[in-house]
Amino acid sequence: MSWRSCFYFLRAAHKTLYTLQEQLGLLGRSGIRPSSTMAQTVTPILSVLPTRGLVDEKFKVALENLPPRFPVTLHSLHQSEDKDYWEAFGYYVSDDRGRVTVSQDASLGGTYTGAEPMGLLWSMRPVPGSRTGLRLRKMDVQSPMVVLISAYKGHVFEGFREQPPMASAVTERWYMAPGVQRIDIRERGVKGTIFIPQGPGPFPGVLDMWGGGGGLVEYRSALLASHGFVSLALDYLSPKVAVADDQSLVYFEKAFNIIQQHPQVIKDRVGICGLCLGASVTLNVAAYSESVSPRCCVCISGSHVLPAAKSLSYVINDGYKHMDKLLVDEQNRMVWRHAILPITTNPDEKLDMGRIKCPLLLVNGDDDQSKATVESAEDIAKMMRAAGNEHLLTTLNYHDAGHLIEPPYTPHFRASNFIIQHLQQKVLVLWGGKTKPHADAQEDSWQKILSFLREHLYPCPSSSIPQAKL
Amino acid sequence: MAQTVTPILSVLPTRGLVDEKFKVALENLPPRFPVTLHSLHQSEDKDYWEAFGYYVSDDRGRVTVSQDASLGGTYTGAEPMGLLWSMRPVPGSRTGLRLRKMDVQSPMVVLISAYKGHVFEGFREQPPMASAVTERWYMAPGVQRIDIRERGVKGTIFIPQGPGPFPGVLDMWGGGGGLVEYRSALLASHGFVSMALDYLSFETFKTHNECLSYFEKVFSIIQQHPQVIKDRVGICGLSLGATVTLTMAAYCKSISPRCCVCISGSHVFPSGVSFAEVFQFKEMDMGKARLDEQKRVIWRDMILPIPTDPQRKVAMGRIKCPLLLVNGDDDQNWATVESAEDMAKMMRAAGNDHLLTTLTYHDAGHLIEPPYTPHFRASNFIVQHSKQKVVMLWGGQTKPHADAQEDSWEKILAFLRQHLYPCPSSSLPQAKL
Repeated sequence: MSWRSCFYFLRAAHKTLYTLQEQLGLLGRSGIRPSSTMAQTVTPILSVLPTRGLVDEKFKVALENLPPRFPVTLHSLHQSEDKDYWEAFGYYVSDDRGRVTVSQDASLGGTYTGAEPMGLLWSMRPVPGSRTGLRLRKMDVQSPMVVLISAYKGHVFEGFREQPPMASAVTERWYMAPGVQRIDIRERGVKGTIFIPQGPGPFPGVLDMWGGGGGLVEYRSALLASHGFVSLALDYLSPKVAVADDQSLVYFEKAFNIIQQHPQVIKDRVGICGLCLGASVTLNVAAYSESVSPRCCVCISGSHVLPAAKSLSYVINDGYKHMDKLLVDEQNRMVWRHAILPITTNPDEKLDMGRIKCPLLLVNGDDDQSKATVESAEDIAKMMRAAGNEHLLTTLNYHDAGHLIEPPYTPHFRASNFIIQHLQQKVLVLWGGKTKPHADAQEDSWQKILSFLREHLYPCPSSSIPQAKL
Repeated sequence: MAQTVTPILSVLPTRGLVDEKFKVALENLPPRFPVTLHSLHQSEDKDYWEAFGYYVSDDRGRVTVSQDASLGGTYTGAEPMGLLWSMRPVPGSRTGLRLRKMDVQSPMVVLISAYKGHVFEGFREQPPMASAVTERWYMAPGVQRIDIRERGVKGTIFIPQGPGPFPGVLDMWGGGGGLVEYRSALLASHGFVSMALDYLSFETFKTHNECLSYFEKVFSIIQQHPQVIKDRVGICGLSLGATVTLTMAAYCKSISPRCCVCISGSHVFPSGVSFAEVFQFKEMDMGKARLDEQKRVIWRDMILPIPTDPQRKVAMGRIKCPLLLVNGDDDQNWATVESAEDMAKMMRAAGNDHLLTTLTYHDAGHLIEPPYTPHFRASNFIVQHSKQKVVMLWGGQTKPHADAQEDSWEKILAFLRQHLYPCPSSSLPQAKL
């Protein structure tokens, strides 16, 4: 039975009835039953805990019942919604008790090295022979990412399909905690998805926006709701959503109001989180909206360099006009970071950061090849210093991280396919970053983003409340 | 808003196996603030079960259930899993309830909530400050469940994730009957092909040998499974299932379990002088059954004193494989501790007592099950042969019983691994370091 069809079989057979005869037929065995006297059979016990975790939850992968000082390869495999296969692997040697403990032991090679508890997830890349320019994203957040963890004899770097592993385990990775509700929003012209945490509420709220790639991307919102925030994932670039030519911020203000007015939201505790173009929108709303006041803002891999008075569509088109500054590297990948360099000194060409009235967290990677976010952050600090509101600013710069700083333990892609919406042109975009530093940046920044949101959006407990006599 | 408290409640993992510990924590409370942590579960029978513990936040406004002591409620002290094992039916429920998950393909869903102050009632009437949902699963992802309906055998096989081959376990429950799958599902989640067997529904055997053939057939179904290591199959039984286990281990000629686990069982045949008579639904001698002051049935005296007549009990000298006995000394249903002593005596005389390990848990009752599920000192029971509905006293005090479930399950898994998983050969090539 081929390894690939074995994988499908295991997935499909979960709830199916079989008699023993049918099973024997499917498995195609010739009738030789294994016994433990077969020479050199190694039957290790592989465990992955938790068996079902949230995407940002650490897991513990362990092997026992191996011979001592036995070389093994731990391998992970995931089939994406687009049907591509992703894998990672690490080389280990069992200790004197015949155990491998991934959270403690060092990987000696593979797609990651060193003691990396989550390396089997963040170092994944498409399997050999895959299509190029792939990016791993979960669009259906109501089902988990299913990952197969396997243990192979020896240190293997290829041919995982052709040889059976010694043992394997399946683990699920969820963006939605149980009890989180997902609700489609299609009202007042606004298109998005709201996620509501479990509990009576009321909760703080977050408006959550992705970048210029467009579409309705829900996973970060689902995870924010799993951490206690009502979160609205907003689609602001799709053709049907008539926002691109709108010069005002009305669409975003409407979206913000939808969150504020939700019966389970504390209306003066709503913040905004945006990545890339979404970060620019965030700054624009925070600086110029006259009807909404975010309590705090998180801007990931964003910039303030965009003309405030112009529409989004203008901003996007304008960006592509400076094609002379848009490099294409030796592998035909678009490098867009120079488009806004040097940072303009003309105040009409960038947002007035002196108008920011709420705490602002900037999260950037210094190897961002798509946008000059580090230079932008320096200029933002300069503007805010001059305006006297610099105390609101916190900047996190991650060395060797790229543009796509996402929730942790998901793979890094230095470049991937991208469709330039209005040109309907498919290109390969260089995002930047080196895998290990980028993974560390995702892990660290996510914790800090959650803390920042909690600190500013969750009401502080009042110390005037009666306390227990102890 | 004056005095609005918006704590952040977390339960990790959000989705766990039934035998996995979880961490319940509250933060963003005022310091030294009294709270009640409450758990709620609606069973498949639609009854509600709950537990609760009283806590006071520390100076940083945090409550950490895995470390802090509960000051009252359904459990006290530092009990990470108290919100699960101390559950009992909510006030106003039907009586004599027992919590069992019959559909193992869906999780037990538990709602954990945090209330202001120390509350002992009226959880329904007041809104909590915060709540979280957690799932508890008997089946790990990747475990397959397969119905077995062939050759007169009714059961369910659970196959672990992986290429195999795996050791196997035949898993049997007690005289209550039915097809109870959850322990098998959990065993498969730990790497054993496990078959839950319904052995009481429809079989009546006329002879002792017919009985034995039936169980030999069942055992070989597991052995012959393509993903099972044929000389690494054991048996696990509780209550009457334990008696069946011992009988198979002692008398079956064509099969040899590699090891056996007997939970709350006895080697004494419950009625008459024949194992087959159990399956003829022969009326047990109820003369020694008693009722306590609450009219609950106590069966433990029925096999006391332990008979000296060898025909009334399994010949323990014939046991050839390692045997683990797990008993509670407050077992009111079956005289398991006395039975274990007699088994040890018989095996000592026969020279095979090196095979025997006995675990006796102080103040645990009869129903020693996988951990972190509630304890019931008594529950409704239908006596198979008379179809009479009684309230059966199982025994046990809740906290010691919960500890017994936790400890024994670890030891049962370790025992099964030790005897059923092939030892790694040290003659295999090793890495040069």
